[in-house]
Amino acid sequence: MTETNLKIRSIKNIIFRTIIIGVALLAILPLFFIIFYVIKEGLSAINWEFISSVAKPIGESGGGILSALVGSSILIVIAVIIAIPIGISAGLYISEHSDSKLSSMIRLSVEVLQGTPSIVIGIIGYFWFVKPMGHFSALSGGIALALMMLPMIVKTAEETLRMIPFSLKEASLALGVPYYKTILKVILPAGLSGIMTGVIIGIARIAGETAPLLFTAFGNAFFSTNILKPIDSLPLLIFNYATSPYTDWHKMAWGASTVLIFFILILNITTRIIVNKWKIKY
Amino acid sequence: MENQILTTENLFAHYGDIDTIKNVNVSFPKNSITAIMGPSGCGKTTFLRCLNRMHELTPNAGSRGKIILHDEDLNKLEPIEVRRKIGMVFQRPNPFPTMTIYDNVIAGYKLNGIRKKRIEFDHIVEDSLKKAGLWEEVKNNLHKKGSFLSGGQQQRLCIARALAVNPEIILMDEPTSALDPIATKIIEELIVELKNTVTVIMVTHNLAQAGRVSDYTAFFYLGDLLEFGQTEKVFTNPKNEITEKFLTGKIG
Repeated sequence: MTETNLKIRSIKNIIFRTIIIGVALLAILPLFFIIFYVIKEGLSAINWEFISSVAKPIGESGGGILSALVGSSILIVIAVIIAIPIGISAGLYISEHSDSKLSSMIRLSVEVLQGTPSIVIGIIGYFWFVKPMGHFSALSGGIALALMMLPMIVKTAEETLRMIPFSLKEASLALGVPYYKTILKVILPAGLSGIMTGVIIGIARIAGETAPLLFTAFGNAFFSTNILKPIDSLPLLIFNYATSPYTDWHKMAWGASTVLIFFILILNITTRIIVNKWKIKY
Repeated sequence: MENQILTTENLFAHYGDIDTIKNVNVSFPKNSITAIMGPSGCGKTTFLRCLNRMHELTPNAGSRGKIILHDEDLNKLEPIEVRRKIGMVFQRPNPFPTMTIYDNVIAGYKLNGIRKKRIEFDHIVEDSLKKAGLWEEVKNNLHKKGSFLSGGQQQRLCIARALAVNPEIILMDEPTSALDPIATKIIEELIVELKNTVTVIMVTHNLAQAGRVSDYTAFFYLGDLLEFGQTEKVFTNPKNEITEKFLTGKIG
């Protein structure tokens, strides 16, 4: 092989590598722009009053997003309470009986549920819960969000539990520990960090959901903690304020967006920490 | 012979439709060490796992025949009960990664919901770890997780865990195959000491190990028990031609 040939090769290599790195950077660029822009617009709106007081009537300046913060928290707690037991049980079942017919049905349903547009989940929440109850409520919103986060929990629970070596289960069974206690006291604790990760990613996923809440939690201009009444949430507040004609409210929408983005960012970083720190060596 | 602790009568074991253990009749003497030997795939591990009813946990697997501990047929008891009387140590050390060393030792009690006073547990932990030859190495770290232990230490922790529930028999499935030579030596010495407390039945691939450790040898070939007797006699003067071939390295 001649020297020029080799040179051309190495030049091609360099060009190729540059392109790959460039395109990879392109992928993360939008994220930085979004965070930068949201912070630029929103940070100035954030102060203690902003997060600790409820909204003021139109025309009055000041006021904050407390009712949306509390509302979002309540919605997330309801969703988590519903989704965790169902999600973990389903994940446990399909990891324990991966070949059964029911398992493949659960897997398929989870895939479909994950692909269901969030607006459809909102409508379903409306027909299943809001209509029979006769009014919008935080409870129906929480249920809609639970449906949104369920696939994430089922999948991570299954993957985590399947990674646990069979030898661990054997160790427990060989001590004369019944199957159900082996699952509850050995297998689930060993998979705890993975399951936690799934739950937190699930929360991060639903924290910004708006569509399922439009027909269920509906939003509430007043402070409320009653789960049977309509409730406000951060994404709904952002939606309502950003589409309003008042510049004051636009600013508050930016501020609320900043809060929401930071919340989700923190959740994602937390999962990284959990994965690294709680890693279990078998 | 000395008094027998465990006897199998017409024991068969199968995976699906295939019998992997065929009509095994054998008696294990109390407080002795028996080595189960044979070429790969001869049913050593299957036989061992029949004895504490672990074999039947594998899908489509099962066994028939009698396994008699003292006067009781183990196949008529609940598997859970059987496994509390006959402990097991596996090929690879498998301590519970979420538990401390202390909790690992008393896992047999804790996981089964058996409550005892703190001081009783302290005694059990110390006693079991001493019997397993691990006490001196871990006595200052009892409440740390066991994952910093070496493979050999972890295996001794597993032996302590099996001893803690006072079994009559401990089954060992190639307990040193994942360990280095020094750790292996320590475990072998430990097994010999254990015979004062329990009866040990161990699967081993290692002829030299069987020679060093065991009092009796059972030789399996293709699911049949071809020979059982005192290790010395089996090794120096095997009755069966195939045993002799195995011992001289012609098969295996």
